[in-house]
Order: sequence, then structure tokens, then C-alpha cells
Amino acid sequence: MQRRQSSKTPKQPLQGHHENQTDLSAWRKGGRIDPGKSVQNIQSPNDQKNDSKQDSLEQALSYFAKVQDRVSLKNNSVLQKHLTTVESIALQRGLPPEGFDVLLNVALSGKLADTVNTRLLKSLVPASVIPETSVISSVSWLCVSKCSGNIQLLFLRWLITVFDFIDRKEQLHALYGFFFSFLQDEKMCPYVCHLLYLLTRKESVKPFRIRRLLDLQAKMGMQSHLQALLSLYKLFCPELVTITLPGKMKKWNTQLIIPASSTNKNNLEENREKNHVDLYSTSESFPVEQLQTFPQLLQNIHCLEFPSQMGSVLTNPLLLHYMNCIKDESVYLRLYYWMGQTLQEECTWCVADNNQYEEEFKDFLETVYKTECFLQEGFSSCEEFLYKSLPLWDGFCCRSQILKLVSWIPLSSSSEMKSHLYDPLAQLFFTSSLYFKCSVLETLKELLQNWLNWHMIHLDSEFESEVYSLNTTLSGLVNVVAELIHFVGWISTVALRLENNATFLLYFILDFYETVCDMYLRYNLPLLIMPPAGVFYPALLSMDSVSLNQLCYIMYRYRTNLVAAKENELSKKKTLQFKFSSQIYQEYNQYIIAMVGCLWTSRAFQKDIHPQGLRMDDELLKKTAVQEFRTSFNIVYHPAMMGYAVLFLQQAWPDDTTFDLSLIKGKRWNWYLEYLYAQGLKGLKVFIESSINRVSQASHSKAGNVQV
Amino acid sequence: PQQTAFLLRKQWTLYSVTPLYRFSGARLRDYGRLLGAFIAAEKQKGLAGGGGVELDIKVAVSSLPDLRGSDQDQAAVLVQLSSRSSASRKNSEEKLLWSGWFCCVSGDDLSERVPEDFTCLPLFLANGADSYTSIVGSWFQKTFDCCFRRLAISPLNLSWMAAMWTGCKVDKTASALELVFSVPSLPQPLDILYAIHPEDAKDLWDTVQKTPGEITQEEVDVFMDCLYSHFHRHFKIRLSATKLVKVSTAIASAHCDGFIKFLQSQYLTGVLMLLTELAISQIQ
Repeated sequence: MQRRQSSKTPKQPLQGHHENQTDLSAWRKGGRIDPGKSVQNIQSPNDQKNDSKQDSLEQALSYFAKVQDRVSLKNNSVLQKHLTTVESIALQRGLPPEGFDVLLNVALSGKLADTVNTRLLKSLVPASVIPETSVISSVSWLCVSKCSGNIQLLFLRWLITVFDFIDRKEQLHALYGFFFSFLQDEKMCPYVCHLLYLLTRKESVKPFRIRRLLDLQAKMGMQSHLQALLSLYKLFCPELVTITLPGKMKKWNTQLIIPASSTNKNNLEENREKNHVDLYSTSESFPVEQLQTFPQLLQNIHCLEFPSQMGSVLTNPLLLHYMNCIKDESVYLRLYYWMGQTLQEECTWCVADNNQYEEEFKDFLETVYKTECFLQEGFSSCEEFLYKSLPLWDGFCCRSQILKLVSWIPLSSSSEMKSHLYDPLAQLFFTSSLYFKCSVLETLKELLQNWLNWHMIHLDSEFESEVYSLNTTLSGLVNVVAELIHFVGWISTVALRLENNATFLLYFILDFYETVCDMYLRYNLPLLIMPPAGVFYPALLSMDSVSLNQLCYIMYRYRTNLVAAKENELSKKKTLQFKFSSQIYQEYNQYIIAMVGCLWTSRAFQKDIHPQGLRMDDELLKKTAVQEFRTSFNIVYHPAMMGYAVLFLQQAWPDDTTFDLSLIKGKRWNWYLEYLYAQGLKGLKVFIESSINRVSQASHSKAGNVQV
Repeated sequence: PQQTAFLLRKQWTLYSVTPLYRFSGARLRDYGRLLGAFIAAEKQKGLAGGGGVELDIKVAVSSLPDLRGSDQDQAAVLVQLSSRSSASRKNSEEKLLWSGWFCCVSGDDLSERVPEDFTCLPLFLANGADSYTSIVGSWFQKTFDCCFRRLAISPLNLSWMAAMWTGCKVDKTASALELVFSVPSLPQPLDILYAIHPEDAKDLWDTVQKTPGEITQEEVDVFMDCLYSHFHRHFKIRLSATKLVKVSTAIASAHCDGFIKFLQSQYLTGVLMLLTELAISQIQ
């Protein structure tokens, strides 16, 4: 930076000596702002004030020049006064070049306490230039380390900030090596790197310096400041720096933070009278970057503008609330384009070279998911991204995030789901581990629940609006939901065979059907779908009581829903849009016969006429060598329940060591039931109470079942 | 044609751009000023390439009204960065450092779907240092909330271009149809350059194309297969198993990494129409 020459008085080059105070007056008369402006000889009142301020500054500087060691700030009013003078003048108009020498010396020599030094350094605002000599002498103080580490850091940061104001830099360049040696201090390293970045010229790039930087990088890992310096070295001497540096550490087209001043409107609203662009809008709109609290949002909701880049609302709950209220299509469209492009661009398995950014992509997906949970709806750009990327997905990269995003796919009446979602998912599902299968089932359950919730919320509005006819909308939705449920039924059947009826898998499948069975009553969706035989029978015959219990609960809920549906049908005079076909009832009845046969009447093998059912001829049963096979399959003898039966016997007759399960009949049967209920088998309880009609308490063999 | 002569014979890097929010074709000079200020600020931060002489960058944003398909398309917008070296202020030679332009040719697919607040200029072409591209791109992204993405050209689309451009009539003596193939997974990568005499290529295409003015995928496939089998007959190499990476004709030359060079101003709009289509398919 060129030193500004005053036209009036020749300036003497400042000596490094802190006792030389004479040039201050020269500065005052010289006119610091415009060299061309003539200096007024008559002292106006302003000048007088300036003069007095000037005097106090002179006094302050001479005080600091002469101050002795260890003056504490607290009790010393003189020091406080001078310090305040310096600070106020610095903030008002900046310090003259001569002042820097004095103040830097004081701050860096450790004579005064750190609080004073910090305040001094922070008030080193130049009015015009900073003489190079003062900087050089401060660097020598730095080398001697008389001041504390924090002050050294602050000095470096100050130096970086005011770098452009230093009048000459030749000597500073000569000190390049000194600065370079400070790299070894870990705390100073980033700032020194920045300073070196500003100072580096082609001559500064030497092989030993490159090696040093590489060593540091090896020790400390990839640091952005080291890399920046190395990139600069590479720019000057590409033949010396042979390592490859990552092209762009942060891609220039992803933006997730609201910058300091960000409203679109600010930059571009034309002020027609003045005919120039008003860079800082003074209209009534509330600056969005100041939005911190919910009450602020409520107060300013009428004059709030979105930031210039919509992507930044993802992490801002207040703006998300605002977005929910806005009916402006442009807002959604901006977000749609940005999110769509970013997802596709950053997808680590769709774009080569993106593998190294997997962690960032995972975080981004997580952010999108959290936003969807907050808004309680899915983004269509996210949905399209999933359709594009699922066929290429390996099922491993960002797995939980992708599956969570799948659960937010919006409900729409289009029939693209099969080819876009179900086919790729099925491919991955069948060839994956047990845990992946369970994750997918859980995802599909959540998807179903989200759809059902959405339907519930929009049900009222759709009934009121006459634009949508109930027929097309509702039936379309019902079809889509039915398609999902059938898909899950299919993959569950196959999965159970593949995994050998694993209990863990069965749990997730039955969990899904727990939602399905209650769709009519809980979610008001006129749809009832029974689980396929490939799910029902493995659950009925499973070896553990948890699955059996779940199944009982589910069948109980089916019954409740079917009964309610029938009642509605019979009671309403007008014909309903949806009537459950008799096929559903038949299906249910078949299952219920099988179940009751298995659990209660011991007639499991005779009555079940389902093609995949339990019916077996007597000859076959005889081969099992089970005595009394006709009565040997019920709640007592069921493999899942036998453990309970044994425990029950143990409790009831602790002395009896022959576990004669046939003892459990009559009155004891009821006790046994009570015992089972007490063990937490609530599903069993509601099933038995609802589906089994006890003719008499005494005889269990006469118990019938209720058919719907 | 005069206006657009400077666009020819330069290599342009292709990008797709999502619709610009609250962009006004009447405010181009203001945009130029704002962009200039932004660039100056970025240089201060030391982000725009290091060292060297202090360059004074001048920004000019103008409109190219002829570069569009129909009146529904937005007129193309040209951004030029030129330097005036501060050392030789007397000369005040302006050296063109970087140029980039947005355009939309027959982009009705996109422009019909967006509300009025948005301006559709889905294709962006840049020539010059990457650092300037990223600065200009950042400014547009921040100001108009759009997204830039590199536009790659798939081998399928390249073969379309080869077929289409071969069929175009060229006044002067045309240059050869050149196809460059890259052979993957070899210890040392191999590039095959296949040059075909332009008249032979045109004759071949004329026999393949059934309806003038219309091209089907089948015709393109047949055309390419003929070229491949001819090559195989002579060199026993199946080009269909390699990747087509570059197509060069008298009209234009295109590279799969997203580079284009226009060679004939008469077909400029035609090529731009195809590129606009590619850009739009990357956005939707």
C-alpha cells in the first residue's frame, strides 16, 4: 500500500524508538483523509475538539511508552484512563502510524496484564497505514515469547486482518523463514499458515519448506490450512509439489447455511426514483437472518422473506414452520429443484468419485429425513431421487438413511410404485441378510402408517371439497395401499421360507399386520386384507409364544373390524361405496377354524380345509406315533405353550414330578388359562374371550366358536 | 450470425441450470455490477487464484436475443469477464478472461411447468478458467437460488449427434466424421480414433434415414452398426464393446465429459436445441 504523502509538511520516517513523540503534531497538521484537501489554518471548534483529543492521545502514548512492569489495571485509574482514550480514538478514527510502535511494544513485551494487552491489540485500528518497522519489532517480541500464548495468537490474527495496511513489505518478506518456523506450534499453525499464504511469493517456495509442510500434514492429518498453503505452493512451483491435492474440499454448489445477509429481495429490488440498486433494503421486511425465536416468527410472519437459497431452511425449524403456512408454489419449487439436484449430484453410488464423501452424504440424508419428520410429509424431489437411485443401490451404503427416507414416500394414486420401488426393493430383499429383511419390513410398516395417517388428516378436507369426487380419490388410494400390503405379504412368505421361519423375522411381519388389521377402525380406510397363508400358518405353528400371542391379537382385531364393518353395512340404509366382499369373511372364517382347532378344540387336523392348511389324514397322523393324536394339539400341547403348561403344573402341584399334561382339564383348564393370562399373553386372552364361546365352564370339549 | 460468431471454435464446458428465481432480463447491467463487486470481494479473500499481478476484472452481462428457439424461450444471457492489467493502465487493453452464457432453445417442456417467477435458462456454457466459473456460478446460485451441475453426454446421445450432424448439408468442404472410442480395463488406456470421409458418411446416412427431417433410434443404431462392422472387418475390433467418448463433425464436436465446440453458425441453434433437451432431462 502506498504511503500517502501530505502536501504540506514533509513527514519524517518514524524511528523505532518509542521516545520520539514529535511527529504526532506533524500528523495532525498533515490532514489524514485526503492528501489533496487543503488544511484549514483557522481552528474551528471541531478542530479544537480534535486537538484536545489529540493531546490526550499523545499523553496516552507517552504513558505507554514509559510504563513500567506489572501495573495492574484494577487499581490504576491512570492506566484505565489512557487505555480508554486509546480505545475510543481508535474506534472513532483510527490510530496514527506512529502509535503502533509504542502500543505493539507494550502489548507484546508482557509488561502489562493480558487483559490490557488484549484491549490494546484489539484497538490497533489504523487510520492510514501501519509502518513496517513496528511490525518487524513486534515479530522480534514474538520470537522472544515474553507475552502469553493467547496474546501471540491475537497478534497473528491482527496481523492477518490489517495485512493490507502495512505500508511496505520487503522486510516482512525477508522474515518469511521466521514465520515459517512458527508452524510447529499447533495452536499458531492455522494463523501462521494464513499469514504465509499472504506472504508467499515464488521465491519463498523451497523444497525443504514443502517437505516440512508434508511432514506436518502427515502428523496432523488433512488440515485445510495446510492444504491451502500447499495448493499455493503448487500454483507457483507445480514441478516441486508433486502430491495430488483434493480438487475441491467443499463443493461450490452445496449450501446449507444462511449467510449473513441473504434475502433475495435485498439485492435486487429496484428503487425507481433513485435509479440505482439499493443494496441494503430498508423496506419493512424482517431480515430473516435475525429470526431466532418462535415469538419473533409470529410477530413478523406477515413480512418475512425466505433466504435467497431455499436449501438453508432445512435446518431451521422456524422457517420450516413458516414454509408450512405459505401457499406460494415458488417456495416449494425452489426447494424441489435444489434438493433434487443436490441429492442426485452428491449420491455416492450414482456418481463415480463420490465414494469419499459418503459421510457427508449420509449426514445430508439424515437432515432431509429429520426435516420430513418435522413437516410430517415427504418431499417429491426425495421420492424421485429414491426411484432413480434404488435400482443402483447396493443395500449397504447409507442403508438406514435410505430406508428411513423410503418410509416417507408420499401417497399418490399413481401406479409407478411397483416398478420404481417394489421391484428394486424385492431384488435387494431376497438376496440380503436377515437383518436387512427385517429393516425393510419395518420401513414398509412405517410407510403404511404414514400413508394411513396422511389419509386420516385429509379425509375431512376431502369430504368437504366437492372438487374431488369420493369415488376416484378414495378407490385410487385404496388400491395403492392394497398393492403395498400384497407386496409385503408376498415377500414375507418367501422370506419366511428362506429364513426357516425365524422368530425375529416373524416378529416384524406380524408387526406389519398389526397395522393392517386395524385399518378400518383406526384409520377409517375401508380395506381389509388377511395375511397370506404363508404368514398365517408359520405363525400359528411357531415354536415360540410371542408369535402365537401376536397372531391371536391380530385375529382378534380382524374380528373386531369385520364385525364393525358388517354392522355399518347392515345399519346404513344407503349403499356404501365400499362393501367388504364375502370372500374376506370366508377367508377369516377359514383361519379362525384352523386357529380354534389348534388351540382349543383339538380338532386341528380334521377341519382345516385351507389348501395350505393343517388337514391331515388319520393314517398320516398315526405314523407320528403320538397317542391320542386327536386330542393332542391345543393350548396345552402346542409346542409354543408346552413350556407354560409344565410350569403351571410345577406351580400347582410342586410335589408331583410326573408332568402329566392331561391333568389340565375341567376346572384346572380355567386355572391354566388364568395362569397364561398372568404371564402376559394378552393377545391370547382377547382372542379366546372374543372368538370362543364357552358353552359350559366345566367341559372344554363342547366349546364352540363364533363364525362371523 | 454476426453476433454469435465469437461463440464458434471455442471449447465450451456444459452445465445444466435449474430455473432462476426472480431473474429479470431487463436488469442485466445491475447484475453485471453486482457480480463485479462479488468477484472483487472474493479476490480480496484470496480465493480467486493466488499470486501474480493484481487484475482489475470488468464484468459485462448482455443479452443475445437471436439465440432462442421460439418466442417462448428466454433470450440467451452472456457474461464476460475481461481484465485490465493495472500495471499498464495506459494501454487499457481488455483481455477477455472468461465467458459464459445461459440459453434455452425450445425448452417448452420446462418453461411451461414453472410459474412466472422463474426464468428457464437450463443450458450454461463456460469457457475460461475453472476458478472464474465457480465464482460466477456461486454468485448466480446465491442470487437466484439455482443449481449448476456438469452436464455429461452419454454415448447414446453422442451417437445421435453423430447421425444427426452427418446428415446436415455443409457448404464448404466438410471435415471428416471423427469418432473417438475409449477402451476400458486395459493396463494402459487405449483410445481409438475412427475417421470417416464426410461424403461417405453422408451417403451412408442417407440410405439409412427413411423420412427426411425425422430420425428414429433404430436408424441411429443401424448407422452406428454399419460403421462398427466396417471397422471390425478391417481391424477385428468390436467398437460396440468400447465407449464412445467424442464425436467430431463439420457442424460441431462433442465430448462425453460435457464439452462442445460449435463450428458452423448456421446449425448453432439446432445443436443448442439438442443440448437444451439434455440439460432439461438432467433437471427433471
